[in-house]
Amino acid sequence: MEQDINIKITDRDGVTHDVLAPTDMAMNLMEVVRSYELAPEGTIGICGGMAMCASCQCYVLSDTALPEMQDDEEAMLSEAFDVKENSRLGCQIQITPEMEGLEVELAPES
Amino acid sequence: MIKTDILIIGAGPTGLFTVFEAGLLKLKCHLIDALPQQGGQCSELYPKKPIYDIPAYPEILAGDLTHKLMEQCKQFEPGFTLGERAETIEKQEDGSFIVTTNKGTKHQAPVVAIAGGLGSFEPRKPLIHNIAHFEDKGVEYMIKEPEMYRNKKVVIAGGGDSALDWSIYLSDIASEVTLIHRRNEFRGHLDSVEKVQELKNAGKINLITPAEVIGIVGDKNVKAVVVKQAQHIEKEFEIQCDHFIPLFGLSPKLGPIANWGLEIEKNAIKVNNALDYQTNIPGIYAIGDVNTYPGKLKLILCGFHEATLMCQSAYQIINPGKRFVLKYTTVSGVNGFDGTRKEAPKAVVKKIE
Repeated sequence: MEQDINIKITDRDGVTHDVLAPTDMAMNLMEVVRSYELAPEGTIGICGGMAMCASCQCYVLSDTALPEMQDDEEAMLSEAFDVKENSRLGCQIQITPEMEGLEVELAPES
Repeated sequence: MIKTDILIIGAGPTGLFTVFEAGLLKLKCHLIDALPQQGGQCSELYPKKPIYDIPAYPEILAGDLTHKLMEQCKQFEPGFTLGERAETIEKQEDGSFIVTTNKGTKHQAPVVAIAGGLGSFEPRKPLIHNIAHFEDKGVEYMIKEPEMYRNKKVVIAGGGDSALDWSIYLSDIASEVTLIHRRNEFRGHLDSVEKVQELKNAGKINLITPAEVIGIVGDKNVKAVVVKQAQHIEKEFEIQCDHFIPLFGLSPKLGPIANWGLEIEKNAIKVNNALDYQTNIPGIYAIGDVNTYPGKLKLILCGFHEATLMCQSAYQIINPGKRFVLKYTTVSGVNGFDGTRKEAPKAVVKKIE
């Protein structure tokens, strides 16, 4: 489908998956991971996508332009574990056509 | 021993609504929850956030939903064991179950309904290599007994409401309170942030930001923590203390329920959704977010439906062979265990002249 984009997601076991993500279903990156079951249910998106649990933390590997971090995401990441320079919360990244080629790696479960 | 008809594990929306549905069938309920208050995720994670898909509520705050559910079920006098986690379950010869909590409280019931959501909320532990060695020897992830910090030196880490609130509270009790956070900004209620600022200015709270505890020093008990501060230039130093309290929030874990012999799939309990949401162990049901079946949706409204069907099935276990038909509350009213009765007002029969 033409509104789908290609994303590379490396799961917590280090396996990289090429997935197609729809841009017209108001999905965020955390939901894409869940829809492909790349992390066990109950270990990702625990708060449902409110930037309140950091279970969807991921490391952005490509230099894709992403929406700027809002205060609540920044605050949550400041309390999370295994945080790196390129950490983002998947639930705060809405999938748009501009993200074609995005590459991310899931942070460890905590 | 606490005895009841249906023992509910989890006092979130699904567990609370079960009390109402069971009450209509004259079944008594008791609920166990690891959190100190009712409401589950709704009160612990997002009490001030709106929910838009509760039927007939175009918008309701999660905290308000909890209050409404409490109000709806109160005439059925549910019992609560709060702040304790259901740990073990033992089947008795008479078919009933005894569930024991981590604090040793025992509960007995012929039917157990697990309405545990994503599991019990456990503290998130920071990744400090030797922290496990000092657990309960000066490291506490939750404050249960504030008096134990009287005249002690305390280091609190975290940037949310609990870190702020406990720093404020302990500043009156402990001899020294140090609050450490990775950023200069805290996220919490405005008045808590302002109060900490005030106490910092008054020299009652020692604030260290942006910094992180990276190690613990001590022999048997905590003697100091190693702090890495990143202001201007990075430096490491020790702070003498008797207690280190990391408050990094709670995350749900399925926990001991996973060892009850129940069939688990995708971190959830498999149930028979064609019939009554019973698990592979007869007499144990799983309802709400904690269960799974083909097509499962983790929605509060689905939990309500599952609770209702589960109660009908539980009635059969508790009252074998006893006849019963579903009644509408509009027709039959609601008779509380507390002697109250709610009913539709009678129609007036009067001649019009």
